[in-house]
Amino acid sequence: MALSYLRSSSSRSVNLLKPLSSSLPLRRPISTDTTPITVETSVPFTSHQCDAPSCSVETNPKELLTFFRDMALMRRMEIAADSLYKAKLIRGFCHLYDGQEAVAVGMEAAITKKDCIITAYRDHCTFIGRGGTLLEVFAELMGRQAGCSKGKGGSMHFYKKDSNFYGGHGIVGAQVPLGCGLAFAQKYSKDETVTFALYGDGAANQGQLFEALNISALWDLPAILVCENNHYGMGTAEWRAAKSPAYYKRGDYVPGLKVDGMDALAVKQACKFAKEHALKNGPIILEMDTYRYHGHSMSDPGSTYRTRDEISGVRQERDPIERIRKLILSHDLATEKELKDIEKEVRKEVDDTITQAKESPMPEPSELFTNVYAKGLGVESFGADRKEVRATLP
Amino acid sequence: MLGVVRKKMLGQSLLKIRPAVSVLRSYSSSAKHMTVRDALNSALDEEMSADQKVFLMGEEVGEYQGAYKISKGLLEKYGPERVLDTPITEAGFAGIAVGAAYHGLKPVVEFMTFNFSMQAIDHIINSAAKSNYMSAGQMSVPIVFRGPNGAAAGVGAQHSQCYAAWYASCPGLKVLTPYSSEDARGLLKAAIRDPDPVVFLENELLYGESFSVSDEVLDSSFCLPIGKAKIERVGRDVTITAFSKMVGHALKAAEILEKDGIDAEVINLRSIRPLDRSTINASVRKTNRLITAEEGFPQHGVGAEICASVVEESFAYLDAPVERIAGADVPMPYAANLERLAVPQVEDIVRAAKRACYRSVPLAAAA
Repeated sequence: MALSYLRSSSSRSVNLLKPLSSSLPLRRPISTDTTPITVETSVPFTSHQCDAPSCSVETNPKELLTFFRDMALMRRMEIAADSLYKAKLIRGFCHLYDGQEAVAVGMEAAITKKDCIITAYRDHCTFIGRGGTLLEVFAELMGRQAGCSKGKGGSMHFYKKDSNFYGGHGIVGAQVPLGCGLAFAQKYSKDETVTFALYGDGAANQGQLFEALNISALWDLPAILVCENNHYGMGTAEWRAAKSPAYYKRGDYVPGLKVDGMDALAVKQACKFAKEHALKNGPIILEMDTYRYHGHSMSDPGSTYRTRDEISGVRQERDPIERIRKLILSHDLATEKELKDIEKEVRKEVDDTITQAKESPMPEPSELFTNVYAKGLGVESFGADRKEVRATLP
Repeated sequence: MLGVVRKKMLGQSLLKIRPAVSVLRSYSSSAKHMTVRDALNSALDEEMSADQKVFLMGEEVGEYQGAYKISKGLLEKYGPERVLDTPITEAGFAGIAVGAAYHGLKPVVEFMTFNFSMQAIDHIINSAAKSNYMSAGQMSVPIVFRGPNGAAAGVGAQHSQCYAAWYASCPGLKVLTPYSSEDARGLLKAAIRDPDPVVFLENELLYGESFSVSDEVLDSSFCLPIGKAKIERVGRDVTITAFSKMVGHALKAAEILEKDGIDAEVINLRSIRPLDRSTINASVRKTNRLITAEEGFPQHGVGAEICASVVEESFAYLDAPVERIAGADVPMPYAANLERLAVPQVEDIVRAAKRACYRSVPLAAAA
């Protein structure tokens, strides 16, 4: 790929700061070098009803190294969650995001924490991107007090309201009208902020999506619908579920952009473009062409409806972390060893956090009755045996 | 049990003492067992074979062999015209299925769980349940909506709700809740053959459970009547009504109570709408005490309706207030310990039964 960059000095400085404790937010600057670098995305954007943004993306060493570290962390986290699930420390449903990290990371690079993000149940990495901690993730997955939802939500129900992350939703497609609602509130309050409502190729056929899109377009809401097209809705390939799998065009009168979702820089560019568009012109659809290595969930092997060759092929050719690694190495921003050290560090951080999370206690039984309402009015609530267990809702 | 149970003899005549309870026990090695999953699969298979108008529609029912493998092998056997994989669009495909039922077909719609049926509930209620009435009998809707209902294990608030009370409150619907493999086969066949819309509430945790089945149950003509409960265990001292997974809990509770000298009668409701009020009331008139057990939320639940029915029809026979055991009145928490508190346990039923039985002890003696 063509590149052009300016350097003020001939020596590079890469500061590897000591890792902070895992209870603090993820923002850990690895390199402080913010010299601009321009990178060409390898896959051009395809547009619908709008002019595509340029393929030349502005970035810098600090950003690239942050991408690398953040994606390596997300990758490690999801793989560790797989093991924890098999060890029965995580129960119920567990939908893993490994392969799709570039979407979470590229999006964050283009927006602020005042912009809103809402997604479905494949939400662990999106939560981390919004500033959630590893401890909150693992503790929640294991149903412990230190979890982001105090153990009461589980894998599909992570939230971080103070960073405008609105979950975490189990019903396919429901998060899209909710996201348009967030955008409605943003416009109402004249915030100059936008909402990214993420959904999959399976959810793309949900009627409620089109209802919400119609309203958003009518009312010029700053809603950005992001289809994370990993090509399979559980076990159903996109061509078996959608008459038109060109999801970026499905908005009809709403403009759309198709993006290489395995390229964090392309994602960043598209999200930046979308934010500017949405603030001026209302809704826009982004289709991220991405891929999940795992099956739909931990109860799906992921290999009955796709070939192992396909999975390994994507891993070879398009892995988002390898992309960034090659970019960093080719620009000489870090050595192979330094990158491997980052991966080792990340692995240790994940392992240490899991140990810490395992020590977090299960919720107190009284937590069964907390947060049913924001304002309980003193009504009574009951356990399974209403004469044995009852509580007053404050 | 319907009909005569035929038992295969092994070439020797065995002297058996048959228990009064109508639970099949066989000491020969030809005792047949069947999981609920296989019971449902075989019922679907047989009904599709018998009637060309029956077809199956839902998410992952075809190529994936069913999200819970209930429809395994059916696509291969009946082809893509009769086993249809749908996109994730419940409102859309439920509406399409009801329309097909209007025009003479017999759809079986699978919801991956009944939580997702809420997306389609308008079609279930307004398009299916009420049509025969609104058209004065022209438009009967021979459709079955089936799938897992209620809590599974650790699936959280949006995936754990029991919909029995909601659907059963609607006239025009029939609501069935199988427990055993015999229930699964007999009730699903009955549902598919029935000319009215049936909501068929299965339970994910029961799919893998194995029950013994007689040859009669295995026969392809086997069918259970809709609207009749089954007395799983005859007793004298207290009546416990339950449906679906709670039947198993009630039976276990009965075993524990027996050790304390309390002989519980366990009723497997099988049918929530129509509710078998006569069986329930006859039982309460015999035992004078009632515990209702269900997984769903307590307020306006199945137990509330049963209690009202008994108070209306058998008030003089009650020696103790009716006890309700139900899911906790909170959204389902994820953490394992909280989830255990939110779902009825065997000890909850035992405790309630004991309360109902000791109620006649004078208060002075209790102090």
